[in-house]
Amino acid sequence: MALATRTGRRPSTTRTLWDSTVGKKSVMAVSGAIMLGYLVAHMFGNLKIFFGPGDFNGYAHWLRGMGAPLLHHEWALWMVRVVLIAAVIAHGVSAYQLSRRDIKARPVKYAHKRRRASYATRTMRWGGIILALFIVWHLLDLTTLTVNERAWAGHPYENVLATFSTWYGNTIYIVAMVAVGLHVRHGFWSAAQTLGAGNARRDRTLKFLANALALVLFAGFVSVPVAVMTGVVS
Amino acid sequence: MKLTLRVWRQHNADAPGAMASYEVDGISQDMSFLEMLDTLNEDLILRGEDPVAFDHDCREGICGACSLVINGDAHGPERTTTCQLHMRSFADGDTIDVEPWRASAFPVVKDLVVDRSAFDRIIQAGGYITAPTGAAPEAHATPVPKPAADHAFEHAECIGCGACVAACPNGSAMLFTSAKINHLNVLPQGSPERESRVLDMVATMDDEGFGGCTLTGECATACPKGIPLPSIAAMNKEWLRALRKG
Repeated sequence: MALATRTGRRPSTTRTLWDSTVGKKSVMAVSGAIMLGYLVAHMFGNLKIFFGPGDFNGYAHWLRGMGAPLLHHEWALWMVRVVLIAAVIAHGVSAYQLSRRDIKARPVKYAHKRRRASYATRTMRWGGIILALFIVWHLLDLTTLTVNERAWAGHPYENVLATFSTWYGNTIYIVAMVAVGLHVRHGFWSAAQTLGAGNARRDRTLKFLANALALVLFAGFVSVPVAVMTGVVS
Repeated sequence: MKLTLRVWRQHNADAPGAMASYEVDGISQDMSFLEMLDTLNEDLILRGEDPVAFDHDCREGICGACSLVINGDAHGPERTTTCQLHMRSFADGDTIDVEPWRASAFPVVKDLVVDRSAFDRIIQAGGYITAPTGAAPEAHATPVPKPAADHAFEHAECIGCGACVAACPNGSAMLFTSAKINHLNVLPQGSPERESRVLDMVATMDDEGFGGCTLTGECATACPKGIPLPSIAAMNKEWLRALRKG
């Protein structure tokens, strides 16, 4: 008698990846890594503000002309934007679906409460929501200039100064940067585990890298509003 | 010792449950936590009340039957199973909260007893090796490298108690499943099913309604057998590898 063997075909790789919690988490890890890479580049760009309006505005103009003469004006910029938008959507949708599933898997809370996990770990979901809202604000403020006080198209240096001359501009930005730091602190290490790069030997190195990245990004980004507030950049 | 216990009482799977308070007296520090519950139950039986239902079997810390969340910790304050937890870990006059494992994949059967057959179905999906049955094979017929043997043994220690699921804020069974994957996938005996094992076990784990992993590390902290957190990363690596190989 023939043995009962699984004869059904497995679903496609993409289907398996998206339907599995492990697969969906790896989508989050990869999209997170793309955004993290972008953040590092963004931070270096921001630091040009310390070298005056010429340097900063010149860099902003270069961003639009990236890839010339091969690529038409702003084509390269739009390519980056498309990748980033895809990463944000993939990250957000998988986070939403995984969170829904996690909450459903633990419907009854324990009567005896105690503090669990680190602050960065516990605030990943709310931190992510804060960051999503901040991105909307940030684009309205310095890309579309809709809510910017100065709104001088083609002069980002002046617009940045205008934003960081308001109390709300500074508050929103600094709160968001704290959220970035915390999110990266748990997210980078977590992504490494999800993609299978973590092991007992590498754990300390990965945790150190996660903390270093979080700290450098926080310090790099926050240095700009602090410099404007203290008059170092004016 | 005199203690106040607040215990989850639930008549059956469909009945609503609630925490109920009991006083227990004459508890020795040398009693195990389960012996303390036995004392409470004898008292309840004498009073004509329904004794508290809880799972237990070997009482030696090796079977994985006992399953209590004590003061918010799976298996209580010591890093061991509930049956090996002694009353010396508590002080006279303490109030102790005793609750069942909480996860939608582990429904409450009665009081502190939960149905953990979801774990059995994860095992059925791939927690086995293809080997001829009969007499034990010659031990030296299949060479196993020492590091692989150590790695397998470390993960074979998992007793499937479910403390990882109980401790996880997402009710995730990743540590349990990863213990089985790490145990079998590293051994030559487990290599014929290396890919199908991890794909099928993870798929069953998801189907059973366990949550996903957010790397909080609660599972590895609660595990009475010390299955380490990096086991989850190792399973993710195996899963991604199996997916690439198709």
